[in-house]
Amino acid sequence: MNNKTNITLTINGRDHAIAVEPRRTLADAIREDCGQTGTHIGCEHGICGACTVIVDGEPVRSCLMFAVQADRKKIRTVEGLADGEKLHPMQQAFMDHHGLQCGFCTPGFLMLAVGVLEREPDISDGDLLDVLSSNLCRCTGYQNIIKAVRAAAKEMRK
Amino acid sequence: MGRTTAPPKSEHGTRGSGMAWVGRAVRRLEDPALVRGQGHFTANAPAAYWVRFVRSPVAAGQLSKIGAPAGAMVFTADDLKGVKKITPMLHKFSYRPIGQPLLAESVVRFVGEPVAVVVATSAAEAEDLSEQVELSIDETRAISDARMALEASAPSVHVEVPGNVILEGKVKTPGFDETWADADKIIKLEARSRRQNATPMEPRGGHASYEASSGRVTLTCSTQMPHLTRTAICDVLGFPESDLRVIAPDVGGGFGQKMSLAGEYVVLVWLARKLKASVAWTEDRRENLIAAFHSRDQYITLEGAFDRNARLTALKADIIANVGAYSCFPTTCGVEPLMAMAELPGPYDVQQYQCLARGVVTNTCTMAPYRGVSRPVITFTIERLMDKAARAFRIDPIDIRRRNLVDQFPYKSVTGLEYDEATYKEAMEMAVKAIDVPSFRKRQKDARAAGRHLGIGFSTFCERTGYGSPAFAARGMEITPGWETVIVTVDPSGFVEARIGSSPHGQGLRTTLAQIIADELGLAPEMIRVVHGDTDRTPYGWGTFAARSLVISGGATLIAARKVRVTLLKIASHLLEAAPDDILLADGMAKVAGTDRTIPIAMLAREAYMQTHRFKGEIEPGLSETGHYDPPGTFSNACHVAIVEVDVETGHVRVEKFLVAEDAGRIINPMIADGQVHGGIAQGIGNALLEEIIYDDNGSILTASLADYLPPTAHEIPEIELHHIETPSQNSITRAKGLGEGGTIGAPAAVINAINDALSPFGVEIDELPATPQRIRALLRAKEKAV
Repeated sequence: MNNKTNITLTINGRDHAIAVEPRRTLADAIREDCGQTGTHIGCEHGICGACTVIVDGEPVRSCLMFAVQADRKKIRTVEGLADGEKLHPMQQAFMDHHGLQCGFCTPGFLMLAVGVLEREPDISDGDLLDVLSSNLCRCTGYQNIIKAVRAAAKEMRK
Repeated sequence: MGRTTAPPKSEHGTRGSGMAWVGRAVRRLEDPALVRGQGHFTANAPAAYWVRFVRSPVAAGQLSKIGAPAGAMVFTADDLKGVKKITPMLHKFSYRPIGQPLLAESVVRFVGEPVAVVVATSAAEAEDLSEQVELSIDETRAISDARMALEASAPSVHVEVPGNVILEGKVKTPGFDETWADADKIIKLEARSRRQNATPMEPRGGHASYEASSGRVTLTCSTQMPHLTRTAICDVLGFPESDLRVIAPDVGGGFGQKMSLAGEYVVLVWLARKLKASVAWTEDRRENLIAAFHSRDQYITLEGAFDRNARLTALKADIIANVGAYSCFPTTCGVEPLMAMAELPGPYDVQQYQCLARGVVTNTCTMAPYRGVSRPVITFTIERLMDKAARAFRIDPIDIRRRNLVDQFPYKSVTGLEYDEATYKEAMEMAVKAIDVPSFRKRQKDARAAGRHLGIGFSTFCERTGYGSPAFAARGMEITPGWETVIVTVDPSGFVEARIGSSPHGQGLRTTLAQIIADELGLAPEMIRVVHGDTDRTPYGWGTFAARSLVISGGATLIAARKVRVTLLKIASHLLEAAPDDILLADGMAKVAGTDRTIPIAMLAREAYMQTHRFKGEIEPGLSETGHYDPPGTFSNACHVAIVEVDVETGHVRVEKFLVAEDAGRIINPMIADGQVHGGIAQGIGNALLEEIIYDDNGSILTASLADYLPPTAHEIPEIELHHIETPSQNSITRAKGLGEGGTIGAPAAVINAINDALSPFGVEIDELPATPQRIRALLRAKEKAV
């Protein structure tokens, strides 16, 4: 399994020219080949959503996508959310509303929520709950994640 | 959200030392790095070698041969000569010590047991090679169920444990038989709690690096107990503790699963020393589900004797805890059955008690503490008993609790535990009022008329928290945790470092301890860095588990900070030429009360190091103090209420509303406290409805993915309404009680009682966790057939 393919992943606006095996998941490539360890791996079978990143505007579970499939696509990860010192409204809202405890699932939730709200800024509360139920958090009981995402949605609409 | 006793809301001067930080919803100091994706988690570090464990595919058998692919680096038990087994020890309760080899020797005892370790230069290559390792195992009969393991014909899982009973606890009070004979009614239930996996979002993982110049190894691993991990590894491998540094970096949830020693970490250290290189392992989710640690697999037969006033006079319990294939280190497998035995009476006043608690070994994954440890099971059991008794006496479930809850404190329980001042009845009444039972009953009646089945369920409980070494010693544990140590240092720049022995992983302790120190030293929390999870940087301590860190580490922090405060006041007294008692520390300044004479605290710190000659030997140089704390323990309490709707056609249960009235003493940070309760309740709802590790008759595990083992999502958790009472604890110097486990303890009982209330028109009752749609439908179907 050593036949590597040359690809370019554009992560948060920066090109990473890497060589990967065809079976390499996007999650592993982002973390290990590109050194962006903010994206976490929780289950590797597409259930927990900890590895969610935004690929060409869509939230994607990066453990279910091969790195070669993301060749030349625009990938956004948690490292790219803040604008320098200024946090993204979603990051700020997670802090303000205690939407994280251990912080392991947080990057996935942030990317999921940002991806969906950018596409659908006026999403209803019910639909938002549907979307958020696609990722798992074991610490917060979701109460404050929901609060944070709703608050950030308001902020993002401004 | 109600809060009957308000935390200090005033921004100024509640303690004569400036702003009160304790009691405020201070934003967490942990968060900025975590929301930026800058958390340091174990799996982030690169390594020279990656390992994959080859695990037993069968539950029981004789291992005769391990065939490794040519050229592969594979290690087995044969390579580990001289390495000891992990052998936790209990000196009471007829405990039979058993040892767990790091890699199986001639016998395999559960599906997932490590048999060999494959080392390669990447995780993928190690996994590829591991699939080519051939195991020759002669399968033998496996036992996965504890009751079956007790049968005379059952094979012994360990030769050292004939009959499979690894420990046995017995209690019988002197007046039990007479009281039992006098009962007006005996109420009985057979409770069953199925098996769970704590399921932290970050699976376990370790990274061991080798330093050639010193021969030292640094093990970074996802643990709740870094210091004891070091002690245990050095014991097993036989080398000095000073040659090993253990780091618990950011840990992605633990809930008890990362408290027990993972044999895999010992193997990593052994490999790093052997290969003189860095070696890493990241558990995948399947490994976590089958081979990390499980919990809660118990049968409890409980009988209650009630007098004619529905007062509980005696309790009789038979507790069978399936402890899995080995005994977990350090608590031993006594942790579940013995806690169940000691705490089963819960918040109720009962004077007579008989209990038999047995730990039973089986061919299943080893059990270990999981948030709540047994108390979710015993609370569910006794709360079912109360509801059944209420029905038998034709009284309201609230009324029977009113008649039986402890209301005089301190109270000595029938098992000798001392309950400190609390609010068992008040919390229940608060919850009853807030949920508005009469209007629910009307809604329930209307819904039933329309063919919809709503139910309400209550659970009242007390939660032993923040207990020190005597409580652990009572179990006869050879390793007796309990105390904590904290070193608070103000450096010459005026910033504070608190080095703590406990090891938080999501609980926000960096923030809450900073709040405690800030109040003592008159500084802002942002100036205080709490350092944890590194055996090179922190004093020996036990870790974060058992709802203890804020009480015990918080207490040690307060003790150390108070000592530092005394020194700061002395220095200020010299420099300001005033009596120490007249000096206030606030907003970063030392100030002589009633004057405008001030000096920055940072300058006092500088003097403490750089101008010691000025203090004429009256003040020791430097500004660093140590606090130790080993408290007796305190009991939090709460009442949980669940409202559910049961779809009798499908058996599906929806939790419509969840309400909590809780008392955890003084609240240091209400935002963090509420978050702990929320998270606990979500896990409790998962326990009540969804989560179940299932073994088939051969001991094969059927729930090895998150598509089969189902932690709740945002959909399954309703809005949670919280109400607080704050009864300051006299058994805790910060007056705080612990609350990390309460949500998990109370929720299953409330949900199951609510389901039974909803099902009451059908004449069926469920006394099993989780109450899955299949189980509910099976009960309803059996009833339909019978009619």
